[in-house]
Amino acid sequence: MSVKQISVFLENKPGTLQELTDSLAGSKVNIRALSLAETKDFGIARIIASNAFEASNVLKTAGFVSSLTPVLAVIIPDEVGALAKILKHFNDGNINIEYMYAFLPAKDRRDACMIFRVNDVKEAEAYLTGKGLKLVDQDDLARISGD
Amino acid sequence: MAKKIYFQKDMECASLEDMRKLQSEKLIKQVQHVWDNVPYYKAKMTEDGVCPEDIKSIDDLYKLPFLSKADLRDAYPYGLLGVPKKECVRIHSTSGTTGKRVIGFYTQHDLDLWADCCARALVAAGATSEDVVQVSYGYGLFTGGMGLHDGSHKLGSMTIPMSSGSTDRQIMFIRDLEATVLCCTPSYAAYLGETMAEMGMSPDDIPLKAGIFGAEAWSEEMRRDIEKTLGIKAYDIYGLTELSGPGVSFECEEQTGMHINEDHFIAEIIDPDTGEVLPEGAEGELVFTSLDKEAFPLLRYRTRDICRLSRKKCSCGRTLVKMDKPKGRTDDMLIVKGVNVFPSQIETVLINHGYAANYVIIVDRKFNTDSLEVQVEMTPEMFTDSVPEIESRQRELVDGLKAMLGIKAKVTLVAPKTIERSEGKAKRVIDKRNI
Repeated sequence: MSVKQISVFLENKPGTLQELTDSLAGSKVNIRALSLAETKDFGIARIIASNAFEASNVLKTAGFVSSLTPVLAVIIPDEVGALAKILKHFNDGNINIEYMYAFLPAKDRRDACMIFRVNDVKEAEAYLTGKGLKLVDQDDLARISGD
Repeated sequence: MAKKIYFQKDMECASLEDMRKLQSEKLIKQVQHVWDNVPYYKAKMTEDGVCPEDIKSIDDLYKLPFLSKADLRDAYPYGLLGVPKKECVRIHSTSGTTGKRVIGFYTQHDLDLWADCCARALVAAGATSEDVVQVSYGYGLFTGGMGLHDGSHKLGSMTIPMSSGSTDRQIMFIRDLEATVLCCTPSYAAYLGETMAEMGMSPDDIPLKAGIFGAEAWSEEMRRDIEKTLGIKAYDIYGLTELSGPGVSFECEEQTGMHINEDHFIAEIIDPDTGEVLPEGAEGELVFTSLDKEAFPLLRYRTRDICRLSRKKCSCGRTLVKMDKPKGRTDDMLIVKGVNVFPSQIETVLINHGYAANYVIIVDRKFNTDSLEVQVEMTPEMFTDSVPEIESRQRELVDGLKAMLGIKAKVTLVAPKTIERSEGKAKRVIDKRNI
């Protein structure tokens, strides 16, 4: 039920992110979401793309070091307390969130998609599904992201 | 027919007594030759109060004055020539990375002996006349290309005079012409392996079985890496343009040091500060006396290479004395915060920590304090999605370098392929200090 995020190593200097997006644009890969983690010298770009495997191949050919990371994707309605409700489940299940970010799945939708990176994806998946949470998988993601 | 394991067995497996006798005879002749033909060295001998009659055997070698790179510069270009110019048939030259170019001169006799030395190295790496030898060292002034070329030719192997560059074509020739032996610099061998992997080829797709790699310092760890990526056994070879080129010493299948061609070159280890000759097994500066060279007959030439000699019995049967891999040429050695740092030490730590040998060392000085930075490329193996994990590996590397060097180095992870690949000698050090 998890989705594949592409994590890419970038040097922390001007131009590197543009090189990355150029490569993807050149191959018609659409970026759905992007989050950056940075240190003084390097960063990691985390990307949810229309086609993770295609994106991964494109980046490899372009000479980037990248890896595919399983992350949880959860649809969150645009209303007060929605995120708090979901995070309570994480808390109850003692699931530690390493990082998270959000994006809008499609233009005409009123809800957001949250990406969670957790320690043990499989265990978290089982627990959250057990609590009735609806997790998005790779196919759903392609569908709900349709422009 | 049994496989030929020596090229010139009588010399490579001579008894110590016979070898010393031969060396003594040759030394007496060579000193006379130099005295008669090289006024520059005659003046040095005269200054030290030594004349040819004082040299009765190799036991008297220590009486002769040293030659250093500074002498080569002073006498540039013809001042150390031992024969009339018209008797020379070729020259080679260093790249001049550490100062003025050094030019070596050769008569036909000198070239023949050099080819023998390289042929010995090829045979020690398992080559025969049946083999196809691809020489990917640069051809031209650099000794690597033509040295191994002549050696391979002498052995009777089919020789591909590839020179360096055009990496895709290099791999195509290895595959299509079924090259079994590759000769190039270790950094270029590593690059060929890397390119091959990118082309989707595995070591099983090429027939290479051995490689002879020299002309720059490389670590044991880099050797294992090259052996794995190319599917070969990798042999070290050593030499200096001043003495002829590669083949002054070479490795056998034991891979525990390089056999010095003692019938042509006498090796000594000296204390680099006092010039005193050190006993066997001691670490010090390597000094060579060329016994047979006519055109450029250097006596007691200080190589600036730091290593040890050993006469421990070798399983290959050769009795030629072995030198271990020089820790680095004293020219390559960096002094950072007063501590001696060899690039090869840094390379060892990098490879032990899982990184590739694609790195550059940057030394700088700000407010009178030296700084050392090692830039190393991120690899798919070392990359993870977790920043803390990458940083913890980075810290382990910093600790590893500190343990090896005794000083702290900053480690910067850079993107793949951002460090320049070299087709010849890799440029590992950028020293920004203006001292």
